[in-house]
Formats: sequence, C-alpha cells, structure tokens
Amino acid sequence: MSSATLSAPAPAGRVPVTLRLASCLERKAWISLGVFLALSLVAVPVLHLLVPPESAFHVSAYAITLIGKIMCYALVAVAMDLIWGYGGILSLGHGLFFALGGYAFGMYLMRGIGRDGSYGSDLPDFMVFLDWKELPWFWLGTDSFGWVALLVLAVPALVAFVFGYFAFRSRIKGVYFSIITQALTYAAMLLFFRNETGFGGNNGFTDFKRILGYDITAPATRVVLFGLTALVLAATLVGSAWLVKSKFGRVLAAIRDAESRVMFIGYNPLGYKLAIWVLSAVLCGIAGALYVPQVGIINPGEMSPANSIEIAIWVAVGGRASLIGPVIGAFTVNLAKSWFTVSFPEYWLFFLGLLFIVVTLYLPQGLVGLWKQLLARKGGTA
Amino acid sequence: MNTLVEERKQEWEGETQGLAHMLKPGELDLSHGVILYLEDISVSFDGFKALNKLNLAINTGELRCIIGPNGAGKTTMMDVITGKTRPDSGTAFFGQTLDLTRMSEPQIAHAGIGRKFQKPTVFEQLSAFENLELAMKTDKGVWASLLARLSREQGDKIAATLERIRLDKEADRPAGLLSHGQKQWLEIGMLLMQEPRLLLLDEPVAGMTDDETMRTAELFVSLAGQHSLVVVEHDMAFVEALGGKVTVLCEGSVLAEGDLATVQADPRVIEVYLGR
Repeated sequence: MSSATLSAPAPAGRVPVTLRLASCLERKAWISLGVFLALSLVAVPVLHLLVPPESAFHVSAYAITLIGKIMCYALVAVAMDLIWGYGGILSLGHGLFFALGGYAFGMYLMRGIGRDGSYGSDLPDFMVFLDWKELPWFWLGTDSFGWVALLVLAVPALVAFVFGYFAFRSRIKGVYFSIITQALTYAAMLLFFRNETGFGGNNGFTDFKRILGYDITAPATRVVLFGLTALVLAATLVGSAWLVKSKFGRVLAAIRDAESRVMFIGYNPLGYKLAIWVLSAVLCGIAGALYVPQVGIINPGEMSPANSIEIAIWVAVGGRASLIGPVIGAFTVNLAKSWFTVSFPEYWLFFLGLLFIVVTLYLPQGLVGLWKQLLARKGGTA
Repeated sequence: MNTLVEERKQEWEGETQGLAHMLKPGELDLSHGVILYLEDISVSFDGFKALNKLNLAINTGELRCIIGPNGAGKTTMMDVITGKTRPDSGTAFFGQTLDLTRMSEPQIAHAGIGRKFQKPTVFEQLSAFENLELAMKTDKGVWASLLARLSREQGDKIAATLERIRLDKEADRPAGLLSHGQKQWLEIGMLLMQEPRLLLLDEPVAGMTDDETMRTAELFVSLAGQHSLVVVEHDMAFVEALGGKVTVLCEGSVLAEGDLATVQADPRVIEVYLGR
C-alpha cells in the first residue's frame, strides 16, 4: 500500500529530448520567455528601424545599446548563479572570464579595422604606436571569425580549468577561494595594463569599424547583435534550467550543503565543481564577446576587482539559486546605475554598498524571495 | 601450450582448490572470512595518541559493537577506515587485498564501505527520495549524472528502501524538515542504497526515542549476515538488543572483547567505566 502512495518521478522508458527539455521549465516560464523573445527579436527591431525617430514609439540607439549591454551582464549573472547559487562557490573573479571573452573577440574586431586606422597600417594602431613591426604570435589567425569564436570559448575555459583544477583539488573553499579569485582578476588586470602584453595597455581595444564585413555602427547591425544576445540569454536560461533539474544539479546542491557526505557516498566533488566552474567561465566569455561589439570598447578596467564584486551583488539582489533572479538583479542594479551615474554620480558607490547591506540583512533570497513572500502573505490573508 | 594455459585458467575460475584462487584487482576478496583487518594502527594529533597500536578484525557478515569512554578513539578509528585520516603507522585492509591507507574517500566508498556519522548529515534541501537517489549505487561520474534517468527498477528500489526505513510517507518532503530520528533513519537508508559490504555506524540511535531505538536494533539485526556492521554506541540497552560481539576501546587500543555479559564482568572494563 505504502509504495503505491509514493509519488516517485515517473521512471518512464524513452522520452523524446524535446519533451524532456519542455518539462524543465514551468508553463508560465515558457510563456515569459516567448514574450521576451518576441519583444527583442520582433518588436525592438521594428520600433528601431521602421518607426521614425520623431515618433514616441521609436526605440533609440541609446536604449538598444543599454539594454543589450545589460543582457550581457544578465548572462554573466546567470553564470555566476550557477557556480554560487547552485554550487555554493563564491567567485569574485568572474570579471576576468568576461574580459577574456571580450578581449578575444576584440582581437577580431581590431583586425577588422584593417587599414582604416589612424596610421593606415595593417597592424592595429596601438602596435604601430609601440613601433612593433609584425603581429605577435598570439594574434595570428585572429582575422578569422571562426578561430576567434573558438578562442572566445577556449581561453576562459582553459584558464578556468587550470585554476579550478588546482584550487578544487587542494580543497580550497569559502572565503579563501573568493579571495584567490579576486587576486587572480587583479593580477590579470595589472598584466593587461602593460603595453608589452600586446593588448593595447590601459586603452584596450576601441574604434571598431566592422564585424563580418558589416558596418558595426549601422542600425541593422546593432539590432542583429541585440537579438543575438537575447537568443543566447534565453538559450542559457533554458539550458541552465535543464542542468539544475538534472541529477547533476542535485549532486551540485548536495555538494553545496554537505560536501563530505557527498564524498562518503562515492562522488568525487572535483569533477562536478570543475564542470560547473568551467561552464560558468565559458558563459562569461560568450557574454564578453557579445558585449564588446555593442559597447565598442574593452579595456583592463573590466578586470578590476570592484567589477567582479558587482557581479555578485547583481545575483544577491535578484536572488540566488533561482535562474530568473540574477536576470532581474542585473537589470535592477544596472538600470539604477545608469540613472544614478547621470543624476548623482558621486553617490553611486554609496548606494551600491547600501543595497548590498540591505539585501544581505533583510532579503537573503533577494527580490525573487521578497516576491514569493508577498505572494505567500497574500495567499495567507485571502 | 597456450591452450593448456587457457584450460587451466578456466579450471581455476570454476572452483578454487585449497587456498589458491584467482584475484581480480580492485575487487573485494573475502576468501578468509574476514572483511576488515586493522593491525597496529596508531594515529596521533599534536602528540595526543588518538589510536595506539589498535588491532581489530571483523568477520564477514558479523555485527560488532564498539563501546568505550569518550576519547577512546572510536571516531578516529572510523576516520582511518574511511580514509578521512591517514594512520601514522599500521595497516588497514578491506578483505584480503584492498589497502585502505592508500585509497581516497570516494574510492573506499566505491569499494563497499558505507559510513553513518554521529550527527545526521542528510542533504537538507533535497527530498527524502532525492537523498536516496543520490546515494544509490550507480556510476557517479559527471557525465553519468548529467544524462542520468531513473529506471523503473531503480525507482522501485528507492521505494522499497523508503518503506524499510519507514519514510515512505515523507518521500517528497525536504530532508531538512524531517525529525531528528527520521534524519537518522534516512541516513541509514542512504547507506543501504549504496549496497555496502561493510557499514560503519557512529552512534546511530543518538536522539531517538526508545521505540525508534528498538526498531533500529531490529533493522540492524536483519541486515547482519548480508552485510557486515560495525556499530559505535553508548546506549547499553541498544547494544544488548543487537546481541553481537562487543569490543571495548580505551585510550586508543582494545581493552576487552567478547559478548556483552563477559565484557561487563571484566574488572578492567568496570575500572574504566566506573573509575571515572
């Protein structure tokens, strides 16, 4: 009798992949995702390209760039949530992976300038300025989109793998891990500041002209990049939902809550941590590659420790261990930032600090948790 | 020539003759009827000798109780067996061939040693069902977990274990919301899902009601034979209900060994327990 009352997940035979993927999000989440894609792939292009600028419905280039940029940040926040919210590992160096992806794609954009630079040389301007005569070896092949796309994925993955392997194998955890990641991104920033490193020193890369032969500032190009970012963000959300609902996700949550127990039932946490860590870094790399052509600049400032801390704040504000939380957090904080830095630029950091304290003290589940609490209260009184 | 060797091999694999038998690397060898040997194990922490030339042998299918005053080295002994602590000297073998002092914690768990901790540690955010699912004996690599789907057979096995530990009605509750006794049972269930050959149970009935304690004793007695069990416990009523051989540890080594009545009559044991 008792085994019949047990509500085990139906252990069926073979279920088509499409159905399995469909079941990883709730109906409401699929609808929201559909609305989001319809807005960013249809409504925004139409309102930007076809509606005249005088109209009240025109979406300005500024708005598209701003929202596109924040979508890249949201992608980073989701990546951060995978490792922090679900894996319990707080990285304060995720800005590094974002910047690596950005720099990798920036190399392609720099080569795309061709002879249209200030010096009219085949070499990027900063190399002419440094009196370099030929491309350094690591710039070879960067005029090929395919090779650079591979670098965007491979460089953050490799850095994350090597660092993660040694850190996790040595069982470095908690605040020690956070501090080391912070030092890592700081060291990388100092390295990239040097002109000799070969990435444009403190100016980084800018003045991009074209991408795949198209004018990078053209409205159509901007709309395509915007739509692509929205697609990648949506795909990442679906993929992450599938991941955290898989047995892998449950093992990850178990490692977060009681790591030694996980080892005693025969799992080696190293592989699990490394997998989610590398995946998280690669997602940041992709976000960086989408960010650079939209914003038009990448410099070592992206690797500054404060940037990486801000990523953690987005996730904390939105709500950890819920996938929509980081997206909401990234949008809330960054929209507030773009308003503050125009209206009261000197108070932004104070506000950010205050926000972090309030969230830590009163909203441990972030805005998503607050929303759930309000819903529960409403349901309770009704 | 070669065919002769092949023939001989098949002969050997069919039946062992005398003490000679084929060994497969990494597999538990119980040919001598002993599942765990600890010989002259010493462990010291900053000069404090937690274990002092400890000798212990557990037979296959045996139910053994370990008792002893606080600081006798019971938990350290479990740490050595499960690979959490490396001994300073001595040997620890699982069966005839597996050297526990050279294996990592997950390797030891895979080889067939399951451990229940003093404080129940279950995965609080996961449901009772999911706790058992994670513990289940299966491929525990990253890829396997990514693509894992529960088969009907595995689902039934989890359901059967839930019934055995009387948590079938709590299958979907987060483990963090279970009572203390239920958490203890859930952890025992997680051990059983691993199908271990040897179970190490550190104070399994701590915090349980008398009724729960007796039901736990029944469960353990029913497990003996099929599994080997090493139970560390202070509760004498529980030890009596288990009815197996008892080993008394004191200051890191074995003080006495035998059935409960014999051990309790031993003047040295009385000295240790009453002298403090």
